[in-house]
Amino acid sequence: MKIYVPLDSVAVALGADLLVSALQAEAFRRGVDVEIIRNGSRGMVWLEPLVELVSASGRLGFGPLGLADVPGLFGDLEAHPKALGLVEDLPWMKGQTRLTFARVGVIDPLSLDDYRANGGLAGLDRAKAMTKAQIVTEVTESGLRGRGGAGFPTGIKWKTVSEAAGDQKYIVCNADEGDSATFADRMLMEGDPFCLIEGMAIAGLACGATKGYVYLRSEYPVAICVMNDAVRIARDAGVLGAAFDMEIRVGAGAYVCGEETSLLNSLEGKRGVVRAKPPLPALQGFMGRPTVVNNVISLASVPVIMAKGAAHYKDFGLGRSRGTIPLQIAGNVRFGGLYECAFGLTLGQIVNEIGGGTASGRPVKAVQVGGPLGAWFPPSLFDTPFGYEEFAGKDGLIGHGGLTIADDSTDMLAMARFAMEFCAIESCGKCTPCRIGAVRGVETLDRLARGDASAIPILTDLCNTMKLGSLCALGGFTPYPVMSALTHFPDDFARSKEAAE
Amino acid sequence: MLDSNTLSDQVAEIVEAHRGLEGPLLPILHAVQAAFGYVPQGAIPQIAAALNLSKAEVHGVISFYHDFREAPAGRHVLKLCRAEACQAVGADAVAGKIKAALGIDWHETTPDGRVTLEPVFCLGLCACGPAAMVDGRLVGRCDETIVAEVAK
Repeated sequence: MKIYVPLDSVAVALGADLLVSALQAEAFRRGVDVEIIRNGSRGMVWLEPLVELVSASGRLGFGPLGLADVPGLFGDLEAHPKALGLVEDLPWMKGQTRLTFARVGVIDPLSLDDYRANGGLAGLDRAKAMTKAQIVTEVTESGLRGRGGAGFPTGIKWKTVSEAAGDQKYIVCNADEGDSATFADRMLMEGDPFCLIEGMAIAGLACGATKGYVYLRSEYPVAICVMNDAVRIARDAGVLGAAFDMEIRVGAGAYVCGEETSLLNSLEGKRGVVRAKPPLPALQGFMGRPTVVNNVISLASVPVIMAKGAAHYKDFGLGRSRGTIPLQIAGNVRFGGLYECAFGLTLGQIVNEIGGGTASGRPVKAVQVGGPLGAWFPPSLFDTPFGYEEFAGKDGLIGHGGLTIADDSTDMLAMARFAMEFCAIESCGKCTPCRIGAVRGVETLDRLARGDASAIPILTDLCNTMKLGSLCALGGFTPYPVMSALTHFPDDFARSKEAAE
Repeated sequence: MLDSNTLSDQVAEIVEAHRGLEGPLLPILHAVQAAFGYVPQGAIPQIAAALNLSKAEVHGVISFYHDFREAPAGRHVLKLCRAEACQAVGADAVAGKIKAALGIDWHETTPDGRVTLEPVFCLGLCACGPAAMVDGRLVGRCDETIVAEVAK
């Protein structure tokens, strides 16, 4: 009997480890031989822990599985109250285009054989037979843009590093996924770590870099453990070695270290303070040397691009947003999780059709797209197609593809205040608009909450200053959630003095 | 109190184990905190000397990052996510009840040294919030009954 129980943080947080013990105990009691494989998550968070049994017809899903449901797995499977049928046939799975996440949830994350048997290392093998310039061209042609949020063309960044002079160059993976509502990096690293390793190795070949670092946030203990094991296994198998080797480095709880220059300072062992650009990290990055800094999903999308060709990837998408995006649907949502699809679905389709609306059953009030620095979208903008330019056109951003859904009980003034409070807590302190502006922003929003409407022009002006004057996206983008809340939900900001007092 | 010889021996060992790394300070501080539960003041001059940094620089790094403690935490550390996705499913109300039950605010430790309460901004469990971490263990769909886990 072969059983898959996810090791993904979500499954673990909902009791997967206890299930493993219960499964082993039950199997022992019945004298049944079981092989338990800890896989990644399929991304259907409302069904986690989602346990899969290997049958003649395929992998049968059971979830969300509680301890009481364990004995039933050894009986009539069709009659099991949590039986979901074949996992591959579930609508959530069938609707997706899984390119980057093709193996996540499917394979044993730490089996290099599984990885190879499911298309892994084909991209690296192809890259090895190509010149640096050919690899860079392939990635450029694919249209892949930085999935961390900035959307900078990955191939162009690689070209700069590839052509830069330097004895030592680096590939740095930004795995400091601090945005609320984002967990794609975590799921990829926990569910298919070799994919990231392969992507980094290809980047190394393309840029002439022999050393890589993954800067992984400390809030992700499972991912840290899986990545460290995977690097060791890849090194033992010769996938990593003299040509390209890498290390996992753990962050220390600073949100701003997701900003690339701050990350580089942190990696060097300094305070995670933002650096002014220029010089670009591509020319003077880690240790002052040419460095590629790419997000996990950008790098993990490279193996499939190299294996299947740029055209295959580029065929998906909309406008200048090519390929697929792993949407992370979170917050107050009925069907939350990770859904990889081509760019171009409308926000309304994502929230209402895929996500199924709110978990509370109340109407959706707003959706924050792109993490704590992203704008809040009201239902009147639900026709916006998911793409970099399309969201920018509506004064928003797609960021890392995370969506926080909030129902009508949400106070948008409180959310705007939280955005400023968060910025004040996490500001690195280097530039004044962010360091002081965020504190003043909290105070100004408190004035509004007390019914002082004269604070609105001050807030607008302050947001403008932060947006235009900050060194990085923390201070520069905090105005997005604040101004979008003010613009789309003015009623929440119009407090009468009596009511407030 | 830590015996100062034990402290310096252990710190020396940790520093030695990280020699050769590029940018070794964060890995060293993590290892020191893993060994002692916090970064003892007494370790700073030694780390600074080994890395050819000033004490102020090392102190600056420790104080910059939320993870590093300058004093031991309570026997249990309870971290609650305060980020937007968890707020959207009632994290603020849950945190309020937990604070009331423990009688402490964020960053505080109960007077009996039992539990330290800390905010965390995102554990990546955004579709099964409110999220929490109890002594390193992840918890999804957390409610106030979690205080039972830090009762002893």
